[in-house]
Amino acid sequence: MLPLVVVIPIGIAFLISFLGKYYKKLSDILATVACISLAILSFLIFYELRTMNYEPLVYKIGGWLPSIGISMVVDGLTAVMLIVVNVIALISVLFSVSYMEKYTDKWKYYALFMMMLTSMNGLIVTGDIFNMYVFLELGTISSCVLIAFGTEQDELEASFKYMVLGTVASTFILLGIAILYSYYSTLNMSDISLAVSKGSSTIVITFLTLLFVVGFGLKAAIVPFHAWLPDAHPSAPAPISAMLSGVLIKSLGVYALVRILFNVLGVVGSNILIILGVISMVVGGFLAIYQKDLKRMLAYSTVSQVGYIVFAFGLGTPLGIFAGLFHLINHAFAKFLLFLNAGAVVYATDERNMENLGGLREKMPVTAATSLVGSMSISGVPPFGGFWSKLFIILAAVQAKEFTAAVIAILISIITLSYYLKLQKQTFYGKLSERWQDVKEVPLTMCIAMIIPAVICAGLGLLLLPQIKIVFLDPAVGVLANGLEYGSIVLQNIK
Amino acid sequence: MIEEPKTGMNIIVKTVTRLTTGLILLFGIYIVFHGHILSEGGFAGGVVIALSFIHLMLAYGREIVLKKMSEKVSELLGNIGAVIFIIIAVLGLFTGGYLFFDFFGKGKPFNLFSAGLMPLYNIAISLIVGAGLFTVFVTLVFFRSEKK
Repeated sequence: MLPLVVVIPIGIAFLISFLGKYYKKLSDILATVACISLAILSFLIFYELRTMNYEPLVYKIGGWLPSIGISMVVDGLTAVMLIVVNVIALISVLFSVSYMEKYTDKWKYYALFMMMLTSMNGLIVTGDIFNMYVFLELGTISSCVLIAFGTEQDELEASFKYMVLGTVASTFILLGIAILYSYYSTLNMSDISLAVSKGSSTIVITFLTLLFVVGFGLKAAIVPFHAWLPDAHPSAPAPISAMLSGVLIKSLGVYALVRILFNVLGVVGSNILIILGVISMVVGGFLAIYQKDLKRMLAYSTVSQVGYIVFAFGLGTPLGIFAGLFHLINHAFAKFLLFLNAGAVVYATDERNMENLGGLREKMPVTAATSLVGSMSISGVPPFGGFWSKLFIILAAVQAKEFTAAVIAILISIITLSYYLKLQKQTFYGKLSERWQDVKEVPLTMCIAMIIPAVICAGLGLLLLPQIKIVFLDPAVGVLANGLEYGSIVLQNIK
Repeated sequence: MIEEPKTGMNIIVKTVTRLTTGLILLFGIYIVFHGHILSEGGFAGGVVIALSFIHLMLAYGREIVLKKMSEKVSELLGNIGAVIFIIIAVLGLFTGGYLFFDFFGKGKPFNLFSAGLMPLYNIAISLIVGAGLFTVFVTLVFFRSEKK
């Protein structure tokens, strides 16, 4: 069952590029069916893991034993990430069905979308560090093309910028992998982890940490490596901006970073992550206030919120890791929802400058209501999920005696609230101008695609209930908090 | 006196191209088929195959090559290669229970027909890479920068 999370999307991607040109409707159907089956599959994998009492499931590709062949590993963290990615992809496809009608060559979009999904699923389940690099490249290239999908001048420029910076990031990561291979003579993550746990020089580990922080930091867009994101995210079509901000930078950036640092190199918590996280929070937050472009503001907000996540992981305590992971899930759904809202506004009005909008609440009630839920969740207003995760981040910071950072986190959350209130006021509240008298609410499928994540955002606080937390989040936190024990646990479970 | 040709390069280049391009194509195919026994493979072979067509295009001009191999055909070939690759990989899942499982006999080492499914994967990869590279080249030839 496990390899299907990679085989289904890549197979459908090529099938769509093969047949999509001749049967226009087929690409819609194929993509939707594939995403539904992937979402169900991710829950089934989680269920199987649970019946195995959270012992990692190891799959040998081609029947070769790991360290000779490539392996796929599912543990608590992988299962949670798979569910988040595939559920968001499903909603995104639902939104695309109507939204992408205004572009030509919709089937090419679906083929690339499926390729991007392949890269994220593959990167999450793989247990081989070079395989991870290959999926990382696949994700970068497919998202580059998707950013340039409109082929306007801005979009091409943003895509080119992302491609150049993405190549720089890949070079750092590849250099890190090469050094790892030269020291430990293996590319299997659990093997490397075991070798590192038997003793290794601190200088090598520190150097590798720096390489991976720069490489994956660029993919995760933490300051000072964030320059590509505010251009790239607004340029892409709305469902893709939502996927990029919602899950791509988290799986390609944050997930890969913490997996390698914590489980492979044994660096559980590091001051570099704390410092970069705090800088990202502050810089992203302040830059977001001054933005007039709706999508650009959301992009800067992503930089700021990823700062929170990286900061919480950097603390390295179990509470910090828990808070980081919880905020990752909350932010994924909330930012996904907000980009869909922005897409709906652009779909209805063809205008992204917030100063020209206003009063759209009367004409677009569903968009306005769901946007309010998303904004409040990210700003940290109770009872939405975002409030709880920010609370836990601040508690974790205080527990780890990082008082200054805790105060900064509180202040930046006030700033976050201020720019989201600005967004709400300028876009949905206030007086409706003459220009927007004929604006209509978006089609039904797009409304449904916005309502589902809004409901999830409102209900994510329920993950904190002890019965759900033990099942869903605690095993994932356990994997990261165990650090280098990852290697021996995985190697024991090879059957 | 030899007249300047209307399309493509002059007669010396054209003659040399006519003589060599078939050999280059043949060499590409050789590289693909010996991928599992020599230090060659589907990727390298695919690149050489694409180069033989690009070579022809440089000497004779775009239209003549596109008559033999249009960009639509090359796109289709690339897709067929990818679909073949995935089908072979998934067949392993059904026969041996593992993705990429080698259900063919291994054969005698260093023979042309050996190494199980490896030659088939090489052929699929050569289709993807060759067609992909050719399509990229044709696309670059077609589009021009915006005039200011």
